Amino acid sequence: MSTVVADLEREYLRDDLPEFRPGDTVIVNVRIKEGEKERIQAYEGVVLRKRGGGTRASFTVRKVSYGTGVERIFPLHSPAIASITVKTEGRARRARLYFLRALKGKAAKQMIKKRR
Amino acid sequence: MIEAILGKKLGMTNIFIDNQCVTVTVVQAGDCYVTQKKVVEKDGYDAIQIGFGDKKKFRETKPLNGHFKKAGTGAFYHLKEFRSGDQSDLKPGQKITAKDIFEVGDVIDVTGTSKGKGFAGVMKRHNFSGGPGGHGSKHGRAPGSIGQSASPSKVFKGVKMPGQMGNKRVTVQNLKIVGIKEAENIVLIKGSVPGSINSVFELKKSIKR
Repeated sequence: MSTVVADLEREYLRDDLPEFRPGDTVIVNVRIKEGEKERIQAYEGVVLRKRGGGTRASFTVRKVSYGTGVERIFPLHSPAIASITVKTEGRARRARLYFLRALKGKAAKQMIKKRR
Repeated sequence: MIEAILGKKLGMTNIFIDNQCVTVTVVQAGDCYVTQKKVVEKDGYDAIQIGFGDKKKFRETKPLNGHFKKAGTGAFYHLKEFRSGDQSDLKPGQKITAKDIFEVGDVIDVTGTSKGKGFAGVMKRHNFSGGPGGHGSKHGRAPGSIGQSASPSKVFKGVKMPGQMGNKRVTVQNLKIVGIKEAENIVLIKGSVPGSINSVFELKKSIKR
């Protein structure tokens, strides 16, 4: 990539977010604009994957809401993300945890549980 | 000031504007220099010729070096004439940068040479849907019928057929400028522009503005 483009991207990259990996359970605090007002909504779930580099990097968070699986893709460096907290670190043996979609409840939990 | 400038594509990326992800083309627009001013009395029409892309003098031919010497500029890879806009404030040798012409929020047209795709079939070139792939169908990616029978007993002009695709001068209209970096002459255009990285094109104020 051209250095000019890389320099341009650097301005938008965020270094205030914690490191997290696929398998971790995270709480993403999202800024939501409602008319004039702005509020923060928390979205909690398991990180299924991280992809891309530079400003294009994004990650997918999956949660089960009232029995229905919900997946949300966030641009990693988006200013709409107020903060990210890593709730629990997971143990994943692959980078893309798509197989979790087929699992429910304890079975899913077990696959990303940290063993000691 | 004229209403156009030459630029070079540096690449594409995403940036964030108002918490929204926006895909932009990063363009180096300028520095351009006025190399010649054409006037009605002498040349039959009014135009401003501008040069872009510094070239070493020893690489340039003598006649063109003389042309640049007259304007008092260095040599350039790209020369282009523009006829639109007010030209009275320009004189040969004058520098033109992107911020002289455009500001953030302006809508522009970009004219350049598109990426060459070679000799392409109708599916790629004209978005034909093609035939079924299986069940003994021999249609495949073939174009199908190109006209009627004994009447008119000819193929009409302009029927869409395979041929050279791309590597053609194209204009993309109504692209928005979402950022200008003055120091490096960088213009950020929302969306994509014709051509590959390092290709040179014209940035003009939109005709539909």
